[in-house]
Amino acid sequence: MADFRMPSLGSDMEAGTLVEWLVKPGDRVKHGDIVAVVETQKGAIEVETFQAGEVEQLVVDVNTKVPVGTVLARIRTLEEARPGAAEQAPPVAPAAPPPEPVSAPAPVAPPFVVARPQAVPVGAARVRASPAARRLASQHGVDLAVLTGGGPEGAVTYADVERRVAESRPAAETRRAVGIDLDAMRIAIAAAMARSKREIPHYYLAHDVDVTGCETWLAEQNVARPPDSRLLLGALAVKATAVAARRFPAFNGFYRDGRFEPSSRIHVGLAIAIRGGGLAAPALHDADQLPLDEVMGRMRDLVQRTRLGRIRSSEIADPTITVSSLGERGVEALYGVIYPPQVAIVGFGKVVPRPWVIDGAIGARSVMTITLAADHRVSDGHGGALFLSEIGKLLQQPER
Amino acid sequence: MNDAEIRKVLIEELGKIAPEVDLASIDAGADLREALDIDSIDFLNFVTALTHRLGIAIPEIDYPKLVTLSRARAYLAAKLEAGR
Repeated sequence: MADFRMPSLGSDMEAGTLVEWLVKPGDRVKHGDIVAVVETQKGAIEVETFQAGEVEQLVVDVNTKVPVGTVLARIRTLEEARPGAAEQAPPVAPAAPPPEPVSAPAPVAPPFVVARPQAVPVGAARVRASPAARRLASQHGVDLAVLTGGGPEGAVTYADVERRVAESRPAAETRRAVGIDLDAMRIAIAAAMARSKREIPHYYLAHDVDVTGCETWLAEQNVARPPDSRLLLGALAVKATAVAARRFPAFNGFYRDGRFEPSSRIHVGLAIAIRGGGLAAPALHDADQLPLDEVMGRMRDLVQRTRLGRIRSSEIADPTITVSSLGERGVEALYGVIYPPQVAIVGFGKVVPRPWVIDGAIGARSVMTITLAADHRVSDGHGGALFLSEIGKLLQQPER
Repeated sequence: MNDAEIRKVLIEELGKIAPEVDLASIDAGADLREALDIDSIDFLNFVTALTHRLGIAIPEIDYPKLVTLSRARAYLAAKLEAGR
């Protein structure tokens, strides 16, 4: 029997409130499934299970605040024998070799564990919709008949269903303050930033990068793309940072217990402003491994879910380095504050036309100032400069 | 689709991005990015939504034509008129 415990969702977290169970006893779960929603100072976080198996028992009730580490539920893992009517054997520990599967059904578990029943009415008039739209609608219990189709001849498209799903979620969450308590979030940010400045000796570097090539390349790419798949400079910034971090491991990892633990994976935290004054920096996992299109798609998804208060526990806990950008209406340079226990934060300023020397002559180029704030216990200016320059160099070749 | 309907679509989509803003009070000539404090991802989502709802193509070079309510209405009306 495996225990599903209250996770630590931030370095300062001591307790959390369970606000919603998304599974019940008897449900099958697999690694990565979201099983509960926990309220913390950072907002409502969707918690994933890393155990696969069947939910045996929910130990903690909804709206209970418990310390980190408390057992929330018990999950019978797949290796254990299922006690049947004729079976007397107690559940087998996962380490022991499993007895031959008695009544164990083949692992044909439903792909999702959904909270809402999937009641799609089978009406007389069949709504015109794409197959992908139908699937998504059935997964989320959306009635196609109530949607206004944006596709040809009013057919319901995948995007129409997606929008309806996104719209209906905040309504469910208003029962618990939309999952984002801005005041509590501000307190959490204050604690993290104060701690950062108290404990981390920051040093700062800035570097001007000619991004005219990026802009030209993006424009060329986007001409042929529908807005659903268009690319933004922000995606290039994230990817370049992740790829550069591969070559400069002193900027990717955690400083804990008096020493630096470099991370073998690169999860870029994206600083996302939340309307009303909130800020979160959830992780985009393995950003160095993903093709640019995927980075862009995940960024959009992360931004949307962050603003709806639907971040996952792995996204809160995992960033190994953070990227912050104030966008085209921001300022030229942004010096970030490192989110402990990370050791670096890269800032991207707004793109401005500047006079630039190319081949001995002055021309106008699009220039962006990038900055690095890094932990001086782990790296020095020399390494920082090389890291920052590397990002600049990578941005000269957006097509890679 | 007439002007009132276009305006309704615009207000609805902007409302999804900036739900706390009183859109009825926005000046028709005001820069929407400033008035609503929206970033490039928001704007891209806005363009994506308009593309799907109205069934028209909006290339990147046309983005400046969507920055104010009055310009956006004129642009979308022309696009719909031209039959995509």
